[in-house]
Amino acid sequence: MTKTFYGTSLSSPLMLGTAQYPSPAILADAFARSKASVATVSLRREASTNKAGQDFWQLVQSLNVKILPNTAGCHSVKEAVTTAHMAREVFNTSWIKLEVIGEEDTLQPDIFGLVDAARILIEDGFQVFPYTTEDLVVADKLVSLGCEVLMPWGAPIGSGMGLNNVFGLRALRAHFPEIPLVIDAGLGLPSQAAQAMELGMDAILLNTAVAKAGNPAQMAEAFAKAIDAGQLAASAVPMEPRDLACPSTPLFGQAELS
Amino acid sequence: MAKPDISRVTLVGAGVAGLTIATELVSRGIIPQIIDRAPEPGPQSCSWWAGGMLAPYCESESAEEPVVRLGSKAADWWQKHTQLVHRKGTLVLAMPRDRAELRRFAQLTSAFQPVNEAQINALEPDLENRFTQGLYYADEAHLAPRHAIQTLRQQLAEKGVHFMVDDADIAALATEGTVIDCRGTKARPDVHGLRGVKGEMLILKCPELQFQRPIRLLHPRIPLYIVPRGDGVFMLGATQIESEASSHPTVRSVMALLNAAYAISPCFAEADILEIGVDSRPAFSNNLPQIHRCGNVIRANGLYRHGFLLAPALAEMVANYLIHNEEPEWLTINPES
Repeated sequence: MTKTFYGTSLSSPLMLGTAQYPSPAILADAFARSKASVATVSLRREASTNKAGQDFWQLVQSLNVKILPNTAGCHSVKEAVTTAHMAREVFNTSWIKLEVIGEEDTLQPDIFGLVDAARILIEDGFQVFPYTTEDLVVADKLVSLGCEVLMPWGAPIGSGMGLNNVFGLRALRAHFPEIPLVIDAGLGLPSQAAQAMELGMDAILLNTAVAKAGNPAQMAEAFAKAIDAGQLAASAVPMEPRDLACPSTPLFGQAELS
Repeated sequence: MAKPDISRVTLVGAGVAGLTIATELVSRGIIPQIIDRAPEPGPQSCSWWAGGMLAPYCESESAEEPVVRLGSKAADWWQKHTQLVHRKGTLVLAMPRDRAELRRFAQLTSAFQPVNEAQINALEPDLENRFTQGLYYADEAHLAPRHAIQTLRQQLAEKGVHFMVDDADIAALATEGTVIDCRGTKARPDVHGLRGVKGEMLILKCPELQFQRPIRLLHPRIPLYIVPRGDGVFMLGATQIESEASSHPTVRSVMALLNAAYAISPCFAEADILEIGVDSRPAFSNNLPQIHRCGNVIRANGLYRHGFLLAPALAEMVANYLIHNEEPEWLTINPES
C-alpha cells in the first residue's frame, strides 16, 4: 500500500533537489528524465523574496512538480523557523523540509534543535518533513509531536557514501511501519537508492548525486530506474538470506555419469 | 529575413560584448557608434567585475561543448587586439581531504596534466608546499579585464568610433538603421528567457605573494579562483547565485571567498581588501549566449560567466551575420518576447 505524505499521494517516490546543476536547462532535463514528483528548493541560496530569484522560481514552477521548500543551511532553531515562515509565504505551501544543521564538517542534524523547531512549526500549522538521523528515540519524539513523515539520512549530505547504517534504517522501518520514510542525503549511486527501496523506504531525496554527475539528466534517469527496481523488489517479497547453500535444482535423481 | 542595413550601425552597451562586436565591425570596415549610459567603464557593468580567465578547458567542467570549441580561440583574439594576454595556464588544486573533487574535475575536463608537489612548487613557489596534487592546464591564459576594455575603447575611438552617453531609445534608433543591443542584464525586459545570476568577488592586495597564473581551488561547497593582476593585486571570485538582486554582497559569500583564499595561502590574512564587487551576469537557460534578430534590432546577450572567453566568438558571429549574412549557430529570428 503506498503511503501518503500529509494526505498527498506522490506519482513517483523520487524527490529531487534543485541546487548545483550546470544550468537551468540541464536541471529541467534532469527532472524530466527522473520523473521526480517533488522538487526541493532552498530559500536561503536562491532567494525568492521580492525581485530576487524570480526567474529561478518560475523555472521551478514550470517543472510541474510538488514543491518542498527546505531550511537548508540553517544552524539554529530561530533561523530555521524564520526561514520556514518565509518559505511558506513565498512558495504558498505548508510543507517544509526541516533541516537544523548541528555540525559543520558532517552537516549532521542538530537533533535537539530539530525537535524544538518541529514543535514550534507544527504548532504554527506546518507539515514538517524533518531531516534526522536513524535514531529511534529522536524519531519517536518527532512522530509524537505530529510529524507524519521522517527523513533519515543515508550518509552525510553530499558525501555519496550510500546507506551508512543499514541496521539502523531497518530498525527505523520496523518501528514506524505506518510512517512514510524518505532517505534524505548521502546517496551517490542508483544501486544505493535501489537498496534503500529494498529496505522498504517510501521515497528517496537526491540532489548532489544527480546535479554533480557528468551527465545529470542521464544519472537522473538511472536513479529513476533503480528506484523502480528497488520498489518492485520490495513488494515482490525478497527471499530470506541463509547460511547454507540451497541448490536451485534438486540433487535427487541426477544421472550418474561415471 | 532581409539582410541588415549596414549603412548606419548603433551599438547599445559598451561592455565586453559591445566593444568586441565594435572591434570586429571596424576590422571589416564598418564604423558603428556606441551608446552607453556611463561615460566610461566602471562597476555598473559586469565586464568590470570579470575574472578575465581565458580558461575553456576548466570551464568545460560545467559548460556545454561550444564553450571549449569557441572559447579556445579567445586568447589569440585578445592578444591580437590588446597584447595583454598572459599565457601561463591554469593551476587547479584541492585540499587533501577534497581529492575526490580533483578526480571529478579531471574526469569532466581535458587538456591538463596531473602535477605533484614538486611540479606545483615549480609553477608557483609561493604556495610553499601546501598542495601535493593538482591539475595543470597549460594552454589556458588570462588577462586584466579592465585594462583590456580600456584598450579596446581607446583603439575604437582612434578609428573613428563615436561614443555617446545616453539612455538609448532602441525603437527610435531602429527606424534609422541597425541597432545591436549589448546591454546584458539591463536588456532583461526585452529579451525572452534572459535571467540574472548573481556573482560576488573581491579584489585584494597582498604584495608578499607572487602568483603567475590563475589558481582554482576545488571545494564541494566553496569553489574559488584567484587571478593575479600584477603588482600584488589579486581578484578572488566568484559566487554563483540564482538571483538577479545584485545590489549587495552578503557576509556569507565574502566569508566563504576569504576562507578559501586563506586556505590557498595564509599570507592572504594580511591582505588589504581593495574592493568588494557584486553584479548580475546575464544568462539564458543553457548558459550559452544567443543572438536574437527582430527586424532592425539584433540582440547579443547571455555571455553568463564567459564574457571575455566567448565575446570574441559572439562578436565574429554578429559581424559575419551583419556583413555576409552568415547565419550563426546562436541565432534566433523573432524570438517570443
